[in-house]
Amino acid sequence: MTALQHVKLGTYYVVNLPDPDDFAFWRERARALVQCDVPPDRVAWVEPGATGSLFSHGERRMPVPDDPDRPVRASKRYLSLARNAALHSDPDRFALLYRLLWRLQSNPRMMEDKADADVRRIEELDKAVRRDAHKMHAFVRFRMVEERDEEGQPHEHYVAWFEPDHHILRREAGFFVRRFASMRWSILTPAGTLHWDGEVLREGPPAQRGDAPQGDPAEDLWRKYYASIFNPARLKIGAMLKEMPKKYWKNMPETALIPELVAGAQRRESAMVAAGELEFAERPETLDAIDKAIHACRQCPIGSLDNQAVMGEGPLGAVLMIVGEQPGDQEDLAGRPFVGPAGQVLDAGLEEAGIDRRRAYVTNAVKHFKYVQRGKRRLHQSPTAKEIDTCRWWQEAERAIVKPKLVLALGASAARGLLGKTVSIAKARGEPIPLDDGSELWVTAHPSYLLRLDGPAREEQQRLFAADLAAVKERLDQMAEAP
Amino acid sequence: MAALDIIEKLGILADAAKYDASCASSGTAKRNSKSGGIGSTEGMGICHAYAPDGRCISLLKILLTNHCIFDCHYCINRKSSNVRRARFTPQEVADLTLTFYRRNYIEGLFLSSGIIKSSNHTMELLVETARILREEHDFRGYIHLKTIPEADPELVHQAGLYADRVSINVELPTDAGLTRLAPDKDAVQIEGAMGGMKMAMKQAKDEKKRFKHAPRFAPAGQSTQMIVGADAASDADIVGKASRLYDRFRLRRVYYSAFSPIPDASAVLPLKRPPLMREHRLYQSDWLMRFYGFAPREVMQATEADGNLPLDIDPKLAWALKFREHFPVDVNRASREQLLRVPGLGTKAVAQILASRRHRTLRLEDVAKLTVSISRVRPFLIAADWRPLTLTDRADLRALLAPRQEQLELFAA
Repeated sequence: MTALQHVKLGTYYVVNLPDPDDFAFWRERARALVQCDVPPDRVAWVEPGATGSLFSHGERRMPVPDDPDRPVRASKRYLSLARNAALHSDPDRFALLYRLLWRLQSNPRMMEDKADADVRRIEELDKAVRRDAHKMHAFVRFRMVEERDEEGQPHEHYVAWFEPDHHILRREAGFFVRRFASMRWSILTPAGTLHWDGEVLREGPPAQRGDAPQGDPAEDLWRKYYASIFNPARLKIGAMLKEMPKKYWKNMPETALIPELVAGAQRRESAMVAAGELEFAERPETLDAIDKAIHACRQCPIGSLDNQAVMGEGPLGAVLMIVGEQPGDQEDLAGRPFVGPAGQVLDAGLEEAGIDRRRAYVTNAVKHFKYVQRGKRRLHQSPTAKEIDTCRWWQEAERAIVKPKLVLALGASAARGLLGKTVSIAKARGEPIPLDDGSELWVTAHPSYLLRLDGPAREEQQRLFAADLAAVKERLDQMAEAP
Repeated sequence: MAALDIIEKLGILADAAKYDASCASSGTAKRNSKSGGIGSTEGMGICHAYAPDGRCISLLKILLTNHCIFDCHYCINRKSSNVRRARFTPQEVADLTLTFYRRNYIEGLFLSSGIIKSSNHTMELLVETARILREEHDFRGYIHLKTIPEADPELVHQAGLYADRVSINVELPTDAGLTRLAPDKDAVQIEGAMGGMKMAMKQAKDEKKRFKHAPRFAPAGQSTQMIVGADAASDADIVGKASRLYDRFRLRRVYYSAFSPIPDASAVLPLKRPPLMREHRLYQSDWLMRFYGFAPREVMQATEADGNLPLDIDPKLAWALKFREHFPVDVNRASREQLLRVPGLGTKAVAQILASRRHRTLRLEDVAKLTVSISRVRPFLIAADWRPLTLTDRADLRALLAPRQEQLELFAA
């Protein structure tokens, strides 16, 4: 019969599919129908369990093609799309596939026409099925149960409950077999079940959620991981929902945490910012403003001791900036840097080297005196690396205003305040180190170090200290000569 | 202090790892466990969950320890930070990986570590973890190892033999930034180690061609990460650095991580919301270079006077608005390269236009079916029934095409 004859006679074919995912069966029937020139509107495809006998009045047995070897054309692209689209839950999918196959006979390159409605539809179905399969690979969650086999040997059995949108279960079995070949596992779905015992894959009847185990101790670990890897400083709920829609949540143990994580995120972020936030967002622009601000600074615990902030002193535009560690007992009382015993050692050294302290800007890496109380005495304590780094903000603000060309750091704490890392004095001394702002850093020992030594060791260190200051003097002279 | 149990350690060491952006598990050699062992990789990466920060969770991403002898200011695990410290043994990490893998939570492991004792000692522990998984358990899933540039090249080589991907972070886009914020790290050493990786991968590929059983070396290649917003580097600096890295070291990916305000942050760093939009724009520019045929120079042309990409519009639109003489292009005649330049046309839409126009002369409504937003692309296109007149000359085109401000805010939140 020709297509025209089919229409004239009002013949109608109904094909009952044995399984909703049986593409091979559909393909065989579709080929025969095309060979018999049965147009798309004369065929109905009925899935098992589909209700109604809407077409029963016109039902006809399958036609037998005159020439079973007559070629039926289908492009590779069509076949690869059709294999996926056939698994879609859309009841009209087989009619669409047949319509496309029918049209391909007269226009073999039709699949390239992306603006055609049928081509677009099959691509949509294909995409939805591929996505469903991908989400199944991703979101199946096994729960382990200890079981015993017939001989009483214990083994682990991994069981998952999953609800795919489309008829993909049988097709996706291969993924889990390849990945978990050595495990015993089962995947239970409302449409059917799969069981792998390490060697053979079996299919079983539809299951219910209650058939799957209700928990697994490892889920506590997994939830801990999920909550910890989440960064509350960046909340992108839309991006999460796009890739992990809510319909999947009920079978994933970690998703119960999401509402709390989201609610806590803004709270946690503001807490995080507040915990570390310096009250001075903008760097002060005058030395007076710094002086005022450091007295109020409580960014580290030193500021909360019974002491006062000690501001640097010296002329604006000084070529030389001298940075010590922190104010000592006497400096704290006087409110001026380097006035105690260490200050005297420094003054003597500068004088010997021919450097005028009054023309230098003298300050400290840490602005407050850190000490422990021992009876009536306050004993000096070295600041920690973190405290130095916190206070670096002030020292940099001073440096940005004074703009020295040469910075002399006295001791390791001062050097850390300028470099952000701990250096060894023995290695760093004697050579200039370039700083970010184009100035250069020279490092020497802290004068109080000399005070703690005696005998030959003191003489040796005194000599090195003097040599460092002499080198600085020489460099300052070079700078003064240069235009 | 009482010993921490596994769950507490997991909390601390996963928390410490979350500032590494990468969680990719794609692009490696195909494997399955039909002949033994456990696990498979099938080319495509799988995201097993998504966190509310929108990021994919594909791998168990943890540090072996967050103890560290380095003092990098942007890093929560730096020596001078007050975070709680914890430490896993290689065996514990291997067991945890398998526990998660068997339940289908993950694709594999992404292991990094703070530096303990020495770079070599730390690298040995990382390699040992991978060895337990690969050799004792015949684990065939994905392994990404962070390698330590200061470690012995022989150890780094071992890492490449076990891992699918290796990575070394360049951390900051400029050497000055690195010196200032990561004083213990050295740009020359980092790039030297990346160069070594590239050579080893090339050599392994050559050997594979000649000998079937030659060992694979990091089949998923190497990647790196840069922190955005911790120093003063502009987008132009960052894009330039990234393209140099792609060229020199054949990197698979350069990841950008918006600097997050971290608890116990160093005072040297700016404290503000992480620049998520900026990170997003940088990824878009990365895409332009990798898939759209833009040269780094051209992406830099899209930046504004301060060297940064505009935040309100994407870099492709920014480029098109600056170089309007290239538009409009005719959808029925233009080359692939020209079509890829049209803001709003992605690689897929361009491929579909090229395929469809063999069958019909495209009208605006046909193009509309192939794109997300026809109103966005319309000003830059000529179709059979459409010509944008002088729209590309309009001074207010940017305002017309930029997404509304409140949408932007929502997205950034």
